[in-house]
Amino acid sequence: MTTQTTTQLLVATARPKKPQRQAWIGYLFILPAIIGFVVFYLYPALRGLQISFTDWNLLSDPKNVGLANYDEALHDPKFWSALWITVKYVLWNIPLQTLLSILLAVAMDRLVKSMFIKGLIILPYLLSSVLVAMIFLWMLDPLLGIINQWLDATPIGKQAFFTSTDQAIPTIALINVWKYMGFNALLFYAGLQAIPRTVYEAASIDGATEWTVFWKITLPLLRPVSVFVLVTSLIGSFQIFDTVAVTTQGGPVDSTKVLVYYIYQNAFSFFRMGYATAMSMLLFGLLVVFTLLQLKFLRANESDLD
Amino acid sequence: MTTLPSTDPIPASRKPFPFGRALAWAGLLLIVLISVFPIFIVLKTALTSNKQLYAEAASLWPSKPTLINFERVLGMVSPEQAQAAGGSGSSVSFLTSTKNSVIFTALIVVFQTLFSSMAAYAFARLKFPGRDTIFTAFLIALMIPGIVLSIPNFITIKNLGWLNSMPGMVAPFFLMSPFAVFFLRQFFLSLPKETEEAAFLDGASPFTIFWRITLPMSQGPIITLAILTTIGMWNEFLWPFLIAKDEASYTLPVALQVFKTQTPQGTPDWTGLMAGTFIAIIPVFLLLIALGRRVVESLAFSGTK
Repeated sequence: MTTQTTTQLLVATARPKKPQRQAWIGYLFILPAIIGFVVFYLYPALRGLQISFTDWNLLSDPKNVGLANYDEALHDPKFWSALWITVKYVLWNIPLQTLLSILLAVAMDRLVKSMFIKGLIILPYLLSSVLVAMIFLWMLDPLLGIINQWLDATPIGKQAFFTSTDQAIPTIALINVWKYMGFNALLFYAGLQAIPRTVYEAASIDGATEWTVFWKITLPLLRPVSVFVLVTSLIGSFQIFDTVAVTTQGGPVDSTKVLVYYIYQNAFSFFRMGYATAMSMLLFGLLVVFTLLQLKFLRANESDLD
Repeated sequence: MTTLPSTDPIPASRKPFPFGRALAWAGLLLIVLISVFPIFIVLKTALTSNKQLYAEAASLWPSKPTLINFERVLGMVSPEQAQAAGGSGSSVSFLTSTKNSVIFTALIVVFQTLFSSMAAYAFARLKFPGRDTIFTAFLIALMIPGIVLSIPNFITIKNLGWLNSMPGMVAPFFLMSPFAVFFLRQFFLSLPKETEEAAFLDGASPFTIFWRITLPMSQGPIITLAILTTIGMWNEFLWPFLIAKDEASYTLPVALQVFKTQTPQGTPDWTGLMAGTFIAIIPVFLLLIALGRRVVESLAFSGTK
């Protein structure tokens, strides 16, 4: 310790004062953020890991149970069912949302100048997921909802939406497509801005149709942004909670009990903190796999232009 | 409605009649309509009286528009009048939750942005041992799902005795967000160093350089970040939902959720709820109008990182 201090002093006198003084100033600058990081990210992450090895109801002392919670989760049909329902949600949500966003972005790029129209398209993103869920709960109300009133006048007839075990997940997925479509379109739109106009001009001179241009130029050159949007929305999509909490609370007959909702129930309704955190850790593991895939894919950052 | 030079549409290839373009326009207008329609229905319902709600469920505009729902949500009519109009007496808590939401959002936007920009500046410009390791840890934190953190954080706040309080709701967001630090660090890295070096040679301290040079030069990204944080915090649901168990400490998203399930007749008070929903939309809508171009550009900026 003493020798180290002496060395530092020697180094400090040997060089200009700047680096030494900057060191403590640097720590001072990051101090508030470090406190926030340690207390609300690092500590809870480690604590969560620790709690996941215990049986704990918040009131009595946690009891060490080793890997029992993980073992239980892997043998819990409700855990697997929640995971499967989440996957179903993701499979409804992601392809449709991504496809519509790309088409919308191309339309914005090639047709629209108006900032007003772009503003209208991101309007749904500015609403909280709770408000969005309640608006659709109202519009799809079996009795009074305008959608069902209108459907009643067509051969399709009224639909159950949230109250049907088959329709509830697609309905929730479509609601979030509505909410995030415009926002993702803007991300794609930003990606389109990075494509040099000369490429399009060359294609136009060669007589390429709009369709060819889209498949052969726009889509491949959009790849880096596509990967970014796809992977971030995939990670977000796996954590679907708000819409379920407001509209169906996991029902009807558990048909919308997605993983985060099941975790939430275990923690805050059944007070099974150990089990809930163990399942959170499993979800975290799953998301880490996606993040690794993301890192792999992001190497596609190098543009096809080069 | 001016545009950035780079957003000029590309001239369409020459064809006798642009069927494709017409089709694309039709599709685009349909999507705009779909984006706006639910918000229009919120307004329509909010302007309908409870008595006419059933009779006019399928129509696009109330035959006798009324402001009574807005008035009772804002507590401008007596409880008796409110109940006569189909209310549940939750008007007072609406104003309280709006106030809570404003305080919650403002505290976090101001302090999180300040502390995060200080950290971002240190990570981008100052030299100290362990800097890159600490920054990497911040980046990993970005990938942890919220539910993993929320349970231990809930316990921390409970142990601090901060349940049901503003400090408890604000605490996890107050000092930093990994996203904010990352976002600003990337920008600070790209700022030209010359001005800062000149100031340093003139004897300015890192604090002075940060306050007088770096922050003013970074107004764009900082405002951008503040807007994104405002949208995110105004809409934050899970954390306030866990911490606020008492009506007096609800934020708007929490209050509106409970509003739905706490009606006297067991059925939701749809007209009041939609009036409340519409009022909750107004702040973000005003933000969009005032800073629309900036929001669009900021999202574009974050998309290309």
